[in-house]
Amino acid sequence: MEEVIIGLEVHVQLNLLKSKLFCQCPTDYHNSEPNTHVCPICLGLPGAMPVINRKAVEAGIAVAMALNAEIQEKTLFYRKNYFYPDLPRGFQISQYDFPLAYGGYVTIETDSGEKKVTLKRIHMEEDPGRLTYPGTIDTARYSLIDYNRSGMPLLEIVTEPVISSPKEARSFLNKLRTILEYLGVFDGSLEGAMRVDANISLKGGARAEVKNISSYKGVEKALSFEITRQKNLLKRGIMVEMETRHFDEARGVTISLRTKEEEQDYRYFPEPDLPPMEPRSLIPDVKDTIPELPDAKRRRFMEEYGISDYFAKVLTSEIRMADYFEKVAKVIDPGLAATWIADILKGELNYRDMEFSEVFEAEKLIQVLKLLAVKKITEKGAVKVIRVMLDEGGDPLKIVRRLDLMVMDLSEVERLCDEVIEENSQAVSDYISGRKEALNYLVGQVMKKSRGKADPGETNRILIRKLKEREKDSS
Amino acid sequence: MFNPISVSEVRERYSQGESCYDVISEFLEKIKDSRLNTFISISENEALAMAEKIDKGKLSGRLKGIPVSIKDAISTRGIRTTCGSKILENYVPPFDAHVIERIKAEGGIIIGKTNMDEFCMGTTTETSYFGPSKNPWDESRVPGGSSGGSAASIAEGSSVLSLGSDTGGSVRCPAAFCGVVGIKPTYGLVSRYGLIPYANSLEQIGPIASNVKDAALLLEIIAGKDYRDSTSVEKTFEFKLMDVSKVRIGIIREMIEKVDEKVQKETWRAINKLEELGMNYEEVSLPMMDYTLAAYYILAMSEASSNLSRYDGVRYGYHIEKEMNWNTYFSKVRAEGFGDEVKRRILLGTYALSAGYYGKYYLKALRVRNLIIQAFNKLFERYDVLLAPTMPTLPFRIGEIQDPLSMYLMDINTVPVNLAGLPAVSVPAGLNNGLPVGLQIIGKPFDENMILNVALKVEEEVWKR
Repeated sequence: MEEVIIGLEVHVQLNLLKSKLFCQCPTDYHNSEPNTHVCPICLGLPGAMPVINRKAVEAGIAVAMALNAEIQEKTLFYRKNYFYPDLPRGFQISQYDFPLAYGGYVTIETDSGEKKVTLKRIHMEEDPGRLTYPGTIDTARYSLIDYNRSGMPLLEIVTEPVISSPKEARSFLNKLRTILEYLGVFDGSLEGAMRVDANISLKGGARAEVKNISSYKGVEKALSFEITRQKNLLKRGIMVEMETRHFDEARGVTISLRTKEEEQDYRYFPEPDLPPMEPRSLIPDVKDTIPELPDAKRRRFMEEYGISDYFAKVLTSEIRMADYFEKVAKVIDPGLAATWIADILKGELNYRDMEFSEVFEAEKLIQVLKLLAVKKITEKGAVKVIRVMLDEGGDPLKIVRRLDLMVMDLSEVERLCDEVIEENSQAVSDYISGRKEALNYLVGQVMKKSRGKADPGETNRILIRKLKEREKDSS
Repeated sequence: MFNPISVSEVRERYSQGESCYDVISEFLEKIKDSRLNTFISISENEALAMAEKIDKGKLSGRLKGIPVSIKDAISTRGIRTTCGSKILENYVPPFDAHVIERIKAEGGIIIGKTNMDEFCMGTTTETSYFGPSKNPWDESRVPGGSSGGSAASIAEGSSVLSLGSDTGGSVRCPAAFCGVVGIKPTYGLVSRYGLIPYANSLEQIGPIASNVKDAALLLEIIAGKDYRDSTSVEKTFEFKLMDVSKVRIGIIREMIEKVDEKVQKETWRAINKLEELGMNYEEVSLPMMDYTLAAYYILAMSEASSNLSRYDGVRYGYHIEKEMNWNTYFSKVRAEGFGDEVKRRILLGTYALSAGYYGKYYLKALRVRNLIIQAFNKLFERYDVLLAPTMPTLPFRIGEIQDPLSMYLMDINTVPVNLAGLPAVSVPAGLNNGLPVGLQIIGKPFDENMILNVALKVEEEVWKR
């Protein structure tokens, strides 16, 4: 098999900061009317000047530190010049020489064990506005521009070309998202939070750059498509061309945008309105704000709660899930809590394509697990409650009552068992004569009579006891 | 006609009991009657409303009731700001520049926006979309530029104080050509917030006035740190009279040898006068002078090519009501909206920043800039101020210089100051054939007080006699 070489440029929107990168406009535009989160600075009005948001630099430093990168002594903003309707100044304020940080790595799990995805550099830049097209990009007669996003703080995180499969790329991005969310500067569930440009080549071939892949799943799809495309070209003896391609998310294909000869000249030069900064001087302040990171938390969960490595890994893969687990594990046996959150709840979420942020409060799960622990509901009943809460919301106790999920009282089960034994003499004698599988039939009959509310384990136990008594009586 | 009015003259009228409304109305009339095309817009309503407030005792401050004109490159909220260009012909800023806020806070009255070369790119106001201004000393001649409307307005007495901007001499040049005082402050002393940028790393907003003390007063008001301009510094300015008899003066040889003979003659006459007063000078050399103009134009045009990219007709400014794809639209708007000189500088700047040329031009120009700074630093070890004629010629006729390169050469004595970020003032120092000659006094960074005191000496001992 040909060796696949992938390098990623990940654009991360620091969307949990309060204000934009160079002005005081708020960043919470995601549910707002277009062009309401704007000012002379992010609209690029003549004479309005950018001022660096110190919090954004601190967030950049925190990210760089969490990714083990080396913060540089001096950092500088540059102008990246190009015309585009979403770019209000005709240039983007970005970084070029003297980025915020060089190096660093992210540890990911692969089929062949742990792997360090090494980073080239991390730099800061501003987001342009957003164009929307009525219909699709190639058929629209006009486009609309929303500058709410203009000036949003971005980090560009560039990996070395060390990723060797679409799956690895996906787990790198997942891990990156986890770390960024731990730092509290990023919410990966918001639209446009993470956008990726991918460089892909097969060993010996030229590389293609796929631009602006804007979903996590899209990355894997785009890369797989691109690898197949390149392989097919090579099979037919056609050289892969160095070019820039666009990922069409809807159709799941990449389309050529421009070849190397048409590459833009961005005419980078230092932004004269922003003096150089010395980010290292901010490290002491930032250091104390960096929380426990995923790998450390995973180790602590194993030690502190005695849960398996697998559960610890799943639980710490999202800060929200980790926090959720710790809340539940305070009250409920941690082993039980881990199983129910990492396996069952997470599974139900995946099935529904839901994010952990959409889950009901931990208190509700605690109630469900308490009922389960004292055998008031069955495991099946507990799952049912969880499903209803995810789909419709609501209070666990009310759901248990409404759906009649409370386990049947044992004396009632005893009574039903007696009835079933009376009514099914053939099965009873079959059992006594040694055909043990007849028991299943009897259990089934009890369950049927109880309309599923009898605990199957208890029913089993009671029936065996009663049948043994019969055996004694008849012998 | 040269008929400037000082701040103290206006104050005198107020102390005689005249109303601000009447005084301002008179200035507004003067603007309307002027034949010099000094203003692009008159802010009559705003000015009179403010005058009424002052008459009711609602406003005070160090500029109370003083009519101030503003170069049309400086943003004024609610008053259109064209930067001398068709592309911004109808642009009305939604915010005030920092300097405008300061003037308003001191009771100054903004009476209008003055003519200028398009986007400050010129030395005469001839590149203005609104036509050239004329020199009050001789209407067939240019008033200098790019802040030509401001200087001409001060000289004709249609305003008392004015703000210009100086990227490569744009305050000092018209001050010299119009016989008034113009200050280019140290880079960082005055916030550029609201100044429509031509070349950010070179320019400063600067006062123009009929005399040194008035210019100093306006500088006191506009100087100071503003958090909205990250290149502004924690400094203020206060004008204090000082004894300049012991000031060490250097005369920059390269800046005097190559200029027009008439200018040389007036410059030496002024210097000799200072000598008679007991001041000493030495002739000094500023190496690198041969490279400054090239370095300046490369840097200025590079920055300009990027600064002017925002004028695409999408959000504000000149636009076309026709459907076409966006890059055709951008090209069309810019082809129709910009004048020739602006296009020339955008093209040259774009070229200088292009891959393969960046190192050859832009980076080399930056190196020259550093060498100039070092050369000045060295001179300032031995001298307190450096003197030179502001302009290499007397004010020339409108239309006289057609060739762009000859025009760029006019900036030869003013651009080194911008490259080095130094303060300088142009003060009138003589008349030749009825035309004024300006003397440029250059100082150490933030030593505005020194150069203004020397300028005051020139004004009192040379110009006024």
